[in-house]
Amino acid sequence: MSLVRLPAATDTRRRPSGDAVPGSRGAAPLAPRARLLPALGAVYRAQLSRARVARIPLLFVATFQSIGIMVLMRGVVDGGAEARAVVAGSSVLVVAFVALNLLAQYFGQLRAGGGLDHYATLPVPPASVVLGTAAAYASFTVPGTAVTAVVGSVLFGLPLTHLWVLIAVIPLAGAALAGLGAALGLLAPRPELATLLGQLGMSAALLLGVLPADRLPLPLQYARDLLPSTYGVEAFARTFGSQPHWPAVALDLAVCAAVGVVSLAVATWAYRRAAVR
Amino acid sequence: MCLVRDLVKTYPATRGRRGVPATPEVRATDGVTLDVRRGEVFGLLGPNGAGKSTLVRQLTGLMRPDAGRVEILGHDIVRHPERAARLLAYLGQETTALDELTVALAAETTGRLRGLDTRRARSERDMVIDELGLGDIAGRPLKKLSGGQRRLACFATALVGERPLLVLDEPTTGMDPVARRAVWAAVDRRRARHGTTVLLVTHNVIEAETVLDRVAVLETGRVIACDTPAGLKDEVAGEVRLELVWRERAPLDVPEVAALRAFAEETGRHWSLRLAPDEARAAVAAVTGGEAFAALDDFTLATPSLEDVYLALGGRTKGLVKA
Repeated sequence: MSLVRLPAATDTRRRPSGDAVPGSRGAAPLAPRARLLPALGAVYRAQLSRARVARIPLLFVATFQSIGIMVLMRGVVDGGAEARAVVAGSSVLVVAFVALNLLAQYFGQLRAGGGLDHYATLPVPPASVVLGTAAAYASFTVPGTAVTAVVGSVLFGLPLTHLWVLIAVIPLAGAALAGLGAALGLLAPRPELATLLGQLGMSAALLLGVLPADRLPLPLQYARDLLPSTYGVEAFARTFGSQPHWPAVALDLAVCAAVGVVSLAVATWAYRRAAVR
Repeated sequence: MCLVRDLVKTYPATRGRRGVPATPEVRATDGVTLDVRRGEVFGLLGPNGAGKSTLVRQLTGLMRPDAGRVEILGHDIVRHPERAARLLAYLGQETTALDELTVALAAETTGRLRGLDTRRARSERDMVIDELGLGDIAGRPLKKLSGGQRRLACFATALVGERPLLVLDEPTTGMDPVARRAVWAAVDRRRARHGTTVLLVTHNVIEAETVLDRVAVLETGRVIACDTPAGLKDEVAGEVRLELVWRERAPLDVPEVAALRAFAEETGRHWSLRLAPDEARAAVAAVTGGEAFAALDDFTLATPSLEDVYLALGGRTKGLVKA
């Protein structure tokens, strides 16, 4: 017999000392919430550490896939605008592979396996979880994208002068594609569907991004305009010229940024919806 | 502390698909009413599918009940599910979110997300890792650990960032006795120091009897009894349990043994009987003498356990574990 009889009522009726909550008189004080940015940082760091365990082989796959495509396309295109499109498309394909495809799979599995419960029972803003994870996945793409861009430029004899533009292309295309990936993963009713959608998104980025646009049939050209990765590809491809048209580059990147904001907002909403069933 | 009134949650019926049979509507929580007092270890005991986890998910704000009231430390959790995260720490059965992190980073990150600053999170991480004896595996990813070690590491994350209520869903699954003792010692320290309340989900009757102050027995979404383990056992005080293990098979040619068979629950060469004390005495005398004794491998006579209580209360599922 080990019953502990403690007067519950007297303890819980204490006046709140710190964090008073309107509408709940006599309630115990609540522990503080995690703030947006520190929580985002903690999620980002944790996700980045997963790369060491789980992601590195996939990053190699992503990079070799893109380099392989460029080697194949070398027999088909002969320099000029088409070569630029192939190199830019292959580079952004790495972003699509990791940020869209892998992130959609990750969130799909996390949701199906009850992994979201862990975050949902912590006082963390949904945006911290979604943005931290998306940022980590976008970061995973940096080495692969840079290697692909350099190898491609050398392969097709393109200038390396403006490769610095990747500093803007990777985070902005990354935001757009990671937001899309996170939203697909969190909205898909089943994890297999999330995987399928992620794969389809990546295939679309491959088909519509790498193949030169003017060789595509008209409907596919419209589809190309709808895909956010296209604008990353275009922005990057423009910078291979000797005199890049910078306002056009900026406009393309602005489209990426806008898609990123919208898709990450949708993903955050989807997370909130998925966390409480 | 934690107050539950007439809680109802119904899972809708699903239509069958190819290879998947249709399931009827299920009342996973069927009018549950509970009071958990401050500073006690309160248990939810029941076999798999009794609705324990569903109930806990509603208490932690993870699931909205269809009807009823949940109040934790004076906060209405049905209306404000987001407040649960600021009142309690939850250890669920699924830990996929942490699987690829190292033990140390899982604990630190959880502390950060529980609102601690970096320095606090790190010092609490070190303290908890030390307390639970996880130092040797702190740098290894959870995925690479054995089931029991992983469970202990997840329990560690629940302790980082003190909360007045710990909700633990089968925390000791797969753990060896050393790890189990570490868990209950850590819980006891928090009760002594901060008056921490623990809500424990379990299907292990031995654990329930040793660590719980009070226990609610769940069966198909309803609380069929709620009292101290000793109080519950008083309800079946008039009975004892006799366990018989035969060498090869029961000697049914012995009339006393054949008569006992009617009361026995048979599992292979193992018989389990719930009898009145004088009946049990007679049964022991019968099986320990003469021909029956030659066929007997082992026998035990025990006072009733919570499993007997569960069965006496009309529990139908045989899903409780004694380990």
